[in-house]
Amino acid sequence: MADISPMQTEMDTGTAVIVARGVRKHYGPIHAVDGVDLDIRAGELFGLIGHNGAGKSTLFKMMLGLIPATAGEIRIDGARVGGGNFRAVRRAIGYLPENVVLYDNLTGLETLHFFARLKGVSPAECGPALERVGLAPSAKRRVREYSKGMRQRLGFAQALLGKPRILFLDEPTSGLDPEAIRSFYAVLRQLRSEGVTMVITSHILAEIQERVDRLAIMTAGKIQATGTVQALREQMDLPLWFTVHVAREDFEAVRAALGHLPVGAIDAHDDHVTVQCRREIKMAVIEALATLNGRVRDVSVREPSLEDVFFGFSD
Amino acid sequence: MEIAQIAIIASKEFRDRIRNRWVLAVALVFSAFALVIAYFGAAQQGSVGFHAIDVTIASLVSLVIYLIPLIALILGFDAIVGERERGSLDLLLSMPITRLELLLGKYFGLAAALAFSTVTGFGLAAIALSPQLDLNALIHYAGFMLSSVLLGCAFLSLAVMLSVFATDRTRASGLAIAMWFFFVLVFDLLLLGALVVTGGQWGGEILPYLLLANPADVFRILNIFTLDDVRSLYGLTTVFPPALANPWLLGLVMLAWIAAPLGIATWRFRK
Repeated sequence: MADISPMQTEMDTGTAVIVARGVRKHYGPIHAVDGVDLDIRAGELFGLIGHNGAGKSTLFKMMLGLIPATAGEIRIDGARVGGGNFRAVRRAIGYLPENVVLYDNLTGLETLHFFARLKGVSPAECGPALERVGLAPSAKRRVREYSKGMRQRLGFAQALLGKPRILFLDEPTSGLDPEAIRSFYAVLRQLRSEGVTMVITSHILAEIQERVDRLAIMTAGKIQATGTVQALREQMDLPLWFTVHVAREDFEAVRAALGHLPVGAIDAHDDHVTVQCRREIKMAVIEALATLNGRVRDVSVREPSLEDVFFGFSD
Repeated sequence: MEIAQIAIIASKEFRDRIRNRWVLAVALVFSAFALVIAYFGAAQQGSVGFHAIDVTIASLVSLVIYLIPLIALILGFDAIVGERERGSLDLLLSMPITRLELLLGKYFGLAAALAFSTVTGFGLAAIALSPQLDLNALIHYAGFMLSSVLLGCAFLSLAVMLSVFATDRTRASGLAIAMWFFFVLVFDLLLLGALVVTGGQWGGEILPYLLLANPADVFRILNIFTLDDVRSLYGLTTVFPPALANPWLLGLVMLAWIAAPLGIATWRFRK
């Protein structure tokens, strides 16, 4: 897909809370991040996806001011990352690192007290934060007794301290069981309704495709595309997948009904056929199938998944 | 710079050492050594029991010069590299705290733990010995305790510097051990070797100044020179010019040994 050019980056920075311009990070000959322009708007849940080594974590760390950029500039809430007045911005930021490493000798509550003091937040917030991530019953247990998932949730509680306006979540659901993942995204939904801006990285694309407002696909240190999942699907112009459930003896009738349309190969399976087609002839395919008069038992249409889109851009 | 942020990190480091009984263990070791040396230090001469504070301090100096640098280096070698290797450094640095504040907080917390255990350990021994000590002896002993704290802080500063430069804990621990060998065992031997090899032609005049390049030697001189009985015993009056033996000057040198490595560590950590 080398001919696909990156989407135009939105230049309306009026509502952008995080703005990156020409950001590069070079480690000798390795260009970990190579000229990234990005605008993340206030109150949106923004996904950053890419292979391991694509540069997501490096970009994340530069946004947080943990490592300096080789070139370019990142601004959060108007303040230059790493600049003199960035400390005030940091108080409005919550960060959940990919590998949450906390202090084994402290209890969950003590851990939050420590981070609350660093953030200048009242210790009274710690109890509700633990409650929010479902760790209230384990508040007085030492972290060394916590499972990986519990540590992850404690890390999330830490990130929520001080009611941050911007949250950076690096692979936040790693180690969480399905129920905890559902609770996690429920909290994110609530935060979004409160206007919190969130940047999330994940390699579980199916998990985030229905949850993010917009996302950026990153490969080899560059942003390949930015937009909503739907916009990226349309930009990639990936085919839709029809699954048509019919009796085996009606397979030929399906072929005949679709024969006049520019569809892809029609593959026969035990009790259904699959057909690929372009988005713009979707209705024509449906109408053609409707002519089969009750012989079609069921039809499902699958949109290209985020994974399809991702591989479309990254291959 | 926000002092409150430094205090938060420092208090956590200090409480961690209290909680894991590090402070208690070190204090007990110091107390036991001080009492054993005070009562049995003259056993080789055929007498047991407390004799004089000067002799006790001289014996303690010989012990402390090995022990405190080692303890301080062990305490501080992974202060930063340990956080980095465990993966907790990024989270800490994402807080509203600067690298300088984090480094100073780490240092002051560890220094407080070391100072507390040193003062408690030697202080308990002083309490046990107090019926036999006059005010002058107590002042000397307090001076010894203070200089021990300074020695610990100087080596802790070196350890924190190592922890910033080292890429992993294993390397940091190796460097800490090498540093202990150099300052505590090798440095004086090198100076002596140079004197002997050159038949006293080299180094005679600059030797006292070279001794200031080693915090362990500064500590030794600081203590020995404040004790009249011991000074002549060591023959140091012939080697060390009185102008350099001013306790305040030596105290300043020790403070420089605390400040300089911390300054280098800060410069490196900010890069």
